[in-house]
Amino acid sequence: MRRIAFIAPVLIFLIIAGALAFGLGRDPKILPSMLIGKPLPAFNLPDVRTGTGGKGLASSNFTGEPALLNVFASWCASCRIEHPFLMRLSREGVPIHGLNWRDKGDAGARWLDRFGDPYDRVGYDPTGRTGIDLGVTGAPETFVIDRHGTVRYRHVGPIDAQVWTETLAPLMQQLRAEP
Amino acid sequence: MSAGRQCSQWLAGIKASSARIMLLAVLTLGAVAGPAFAVLPEEQLADPVLEARARKLSQELRCVVCQNQTIDDSDAPLAADLRGLLRERLEAGDTDAQARAYLVERYGDFVLLKPPIRPGTIILWFGPLALLLAGGVGVFLYWRGRSAAPTLSPAPLDADEQRRLDALIKETRPS
Repeated sequence: MRRIAFIAPVLIFLIIAGALAFGLGRDPKILPSMLIGKPLPAFNLPDVRTGTGGKGLASSNFTGEPALLNVFASWCASCRIEHPFLMRLSREGVPIHGLNWRDKGDAGARWLDRFGDPYDRVGYDPTGRTGIDLGVTGAPETFVIDRHGTVRYRHVGPIDAQVWTETLAPLMQQLRAEP
Repeated sequence: MSAGRQCSQWLAGIKASSARIMLLAVLTLGAVAGPAFAVLPEEQLADPVLEARARKLSQELRCVVCQNQTIDDSDAPLAADLRGLLRERLEAGDTDAQARAYLVERYGDFVLLKPPIRPGTIILWFGPLALLLAGGVGVFLYWRGRSAAPTLSPAPLDADEQRRLDALIKETRPS
């Protein structure tokens, strides 16, 4: 009984400290995606360069090979920071499709003309409805889609060299090896 | 001299009356202005019943950008989109539960300010109660232990101890 009286406070302290340490380690701003392991919700968007007869972007475009789906906007500062790295990935041959999210008019198209276009296809989502279907909470966000069109991973925030080499590149490699 | 005096009285009068006017203005504005909502007039539905349902629902849904606000309160553009979406769903004939499920499907239980009771949320719902019970049991055991413990009366002093005690008392007593 005496011993319990001494050990109990230590135990309680350790439990609380453990819970707090766990809480400190995670970013509450990043919500878990509901789409992981599920097929990409159906969408069929016009091209970001409206009226040019561009390819547009549909959920059916994500079959055949693993690809990235990057949500971006011209008003998004982090997208500007992320952009050069996407250009590098594009040069390395990584298939990236873009979702121009909640941009007005041709702002997204002009942004791509000015800074370069790293995307194979870019869908135009001015209402943000497709973004909501994807559970997007902000830009930039990047989804990793396997060759069957299933969402396998979501990264919130800009992709940089560290995120790419530590997380996304190994995942893409694994997905390319999958049947 | 008297002109100066008059002038300062006049100034004081202006100060008092302008303060009164200010007070009146503030009170009037306060009475006229309603509470501030993020919901914009053009977002609202023409049907008051549907609009009331939408308002009630949006007060139970969490903004995914500014996470401690409801989408009803939030000025975030995404919250405005979600309010619009909610109204669209209701107009299309969704029940409240269906409209709620539509958002949960996309953003998870996180969008619900009142999360459902599930295995993963049991600690959230019942943790505080469990802590209270554990504390109550602890306090009960402590008090029971105390009252059950035999109250030992100290052994009486022997002659030598009594002498030392008397000496100490004499020493410390103020003269």
